[in-house]
Amino acid sequence: MNDNFISPLDYIAPSFEVVRNPDKCIGCRACERQCANEVHHFDFDLGKMVANDANCVNCHRCVSICPTHALKIVKNNDTYRESANWTYDNINNVIRQSGTGGVLLSSMGNPEKFPVYWDKMLINASQVTNPSIDPLREPMETRTFLGKKPEKVEFDSKGNLKTKLTPQMELSTPIMFSAMSYGSISYNAHESLARAATELGTYYNTGEGGLHKDFYKYGKNTIVQVASGRFGVYKDYLEQGAAIEIKIGQGAKPGIGGHLPGTKIVGDISRTRMIPEGSDAISPAPHHDIYSIEDLRQLVYTLKEATNYKKPVIVKIAAVHNVSAIASGVARSGADIIAIDGFRGGTGAAPMRTRDNVGIPIELALASVDQRLRDEGIRGDISLVVGGSIRSSSDIVKAIALGADAVYIATSALLALGCHQCRTCQSGKCNWGIATQRPDLVKRLNPNVGYQRLVNLVSAWTHEIKEIMGGMGINSIEALRGNRLMLRGVGLNEKELEILGIKHAGE
Amino acid sequence: MPLLKEGEVRIPSGCAISGMISKDGHKENGDRIIESIKVMHDRSNGLGGGFAAYGIYPEFKDLYAFHTFYDSKRAKDEAEEYINSRFEIASMSVMPTRNIKEITDAPLIWRYFLKPLPYKVKEMHVDEDEYVFHCVMSINNKINGAFVFSSGKDMGAFKAVGYPEDVGRYYRLDEYEAYCWTAHGRYPTNTPGWWGGAHPFAVLDTSVVHNGEISSYDANRRYIEMFGYKCSLLTDTEAIAYIVDYLVRKQGLSYEDAAHVMAAPFWDTIENMSKKDKEKFKYLRNAFASLLITGPFSILVGFTGGMMALNDRLKLRSMVIGEKDNMYYVASEESAIRIIEPNLDRIWSPKGGEPVIFRVEGGKY
Repeated sequence: MNDNFISPLDYIAPSFEVVRNPDKCIGCRACERQCANEVHHFDFDLGKMVANDANCVNCHRCVSICPTHALKIVKNNDTYRESANWTYDNINNVIRQSGTGGVLLSSMGNPEKFPVYWDKMLINASQVTNPSIDPLREPMETRTFLGKKPEKVEFDSKGNLKTKLTPQMELSTPIMFSAMSYGSISYNAHESLARAATELGTYYNTGEGGLHKDFYKYGKNTIVQVASGRFGVYKDYLEQGAAIEIKIGQGAKPGIGGHLPGTKIVGDISRTRMIPEGSDAISPAPHHDIYSIEDLRQLVYTLKEATNYKKPVIVKIAAVHNVSAIASGVARSGADIIAIDGFRGGTGAAPMRTRDNVGIPIELALASVDQRLRDEGIRGDISLVVGGSIRSSSDIVKAIALGADAVYIATSALLALGCHQCRTCQSGKCNWGIATQRPDLVKRLNPNVGYQRLVNLVSAWTHEIKEIMGGMGINSIEALRGNRLMLRGVGLNEKELEILGIKHAGE
Repeated sequence: MPLLKEGEVRIPSGCAISGMISKDGHKENGDRIIESIKVMHDRSNGLGGGFAAYGIYPEFKDLYAFHTFYDSKRAKDEAEEYINSRFEIASMSVMPTRNIKEITDAPLIWRYFLKPLPYKVKEMHVDEDEYVFHCVMSINNKINGAFVFSSGKDMGAFKAVGYPEDVGRYYRLDEYEAYCWTAHGRYPTNTPGWWGGAHPFAVLDTSVVHNGEISSYDANRRYIEMFGYKCSLLTDTEAIAYIVDYLVRKQGLSYEDAAHVMAAPFWDTIENMSKKDKEKFKYLRNAFASLLITGPFSILVGFTGGMMALNDRLKLRSMVIGEKDNMYYVASEESAIRIIEPNLDRIWSPKGGEPVIFRVEGGKY
């Protein structure tokens, strides 16, 4: 049987159609060379370029490099007899699964039509009764510290203030790069993130794949992650980082672990993860030494002991239904920082049904956790970092006004590196050199360019944050934190407003 | 929508402030402070005025003086039942006032001199101040229509809806002798018409008069509320008074350091400090990040034996200080000082974020 044979029962029309303008195409075959999905080829019989639409993932690599702008990718308008209930995706997924018997895989963040609360909150500005502040003329501060605040200040015998704090992270701007493992993304992507974090005075996160020795030199801007698989975790690794993050969950796939196929465990990745080449890297769903909150405390202190109490410990959890109770437990576990990942958060690979149906919006999780910690009087014991998904500087302003100390960004960072959100990271054939380990693809991402684009993005967002803060008459980020009077809701019901702790516009 | 009362809605307001303190502890009556605040008539709009005076109750020096507003007889009965069960009442009376046509709609105003019942204090495992603080919070938040607006020892706040000069006459301030006076005229952008909303705002012996509208309000409020404070008025002044009380009384910081928290130096300034100062300022900004106050403000904080003047770190509100012989004067406008002391030895404007602290010399108050 021909490899290309597809039973009519399994046939799914291509999602996209490659449209080539024959008047513009010069047959240079650049698209053919650039497409890891093998969409394009030159047909010598026909004497022209042709495309196999079925392979196209709409990553826009060919469109972006075509020297004559001869290409565009359009959504295929071939259609089923859809209904509001039986949509194109629902039908296709049944067809796929009845053909393969497999779990549907997906990547990047939840794309479904759930409310985005960032888009239903509006920000205040000063008029008459107090002045707005021009960030071009006056200092505007975004420096942020993450870590425990002292419950009671202490004085020495001479009455001088004792100024020693538990370990803190110092951020020049409240934006960090979220966890993405070496393995799920490429060496060049990691290098770009590490260098950008260093130049920006913030942090990037290794994810669960260990830390390549080449990047030890960026240690003071690195968060090293300890996940359930413990890949690459050993003394030097823990000591390299400025902070240690225990990953309990991820917004894209709360409650389940991870799986990096053996085919990707090659060379440096195998060495960095400290597992044999070709073996699958399977992160169990839970940490098998954490079956309860008191176990978390033990791991927190194990890591602190191992690093001589010099590093703050972050506990990252997915935003799930009882997130505020969990966060309260985490705050009492000895952790210094809690990171909460919303249900829109991205992933390199997750079962689609989990990604699209498990977890809650980060805006609601953040608001309820911040309030809960304040109600219990322990908000100062722990810093709050949120991610999944932060798409712009105004999302950040809203997150901080709701109560976050800082945010994690990952999808936005990948977009800065060239990602076009084709949402097929799991294939390992990323044409932009990000979510792939194929050397010919990895080299497409030039870290010199990549790091600069990340610096540009975060700098631009920081400028915008300052501009919006100035408009509110606030000249330091800490005066924005938890300042919910600066937010108003639009089109939200009473319950939503109550959970967000904000008033409706006009009130 | 019906017009909401103070405490149900946040009302920004502009204002005038004035204060004076004697270096040697000598006392004077309220005439001059009234004259001073009166000059700045146009900075208030008749919707609130008030004064704080220190050293006015020498005969009850060691007792907590509660000044209390009641909306109704019921509120008074309820509050007195509460007070009775927790304090020994050394003296109580209607607040002496003068009937003047400018001041109307007065609530019932009562004054009590109180000694906490020792066994009750012991029961709570706290010191007397904390006990009194707790009782004041309870009355103000739990007894509908009762509001303790002054609760310190040998000091008192006097406030009402009206222009400050009228409020001063109403409370017969010419009959009180104080070593330190502060005054406030209010320009709220709403008409709540509730006396409790006027300044000063006082908790124990800390009183605050304030001009400005702070942009950090809700960040400050939500943080300070973790420590037993309940910001029931939703005014900046209330939040600032609680912050001062928290930093100085509960955390043990000096007034200087409390000011360095509220109007912290910019990071650029901190970077250029000596190593020791740098460490300290960095610590204070980090440890009390949520108590940084942004937006325009000039405040006078009164406390036993002293007064602190402080501007926001950008100096977005005017404030000048004058010195003559054994007196210091502080006001929103120079004219308010010149009217009562035309020949000053020295007059200057403190920098943004620079606390100026005055103390009666040798503790002679």
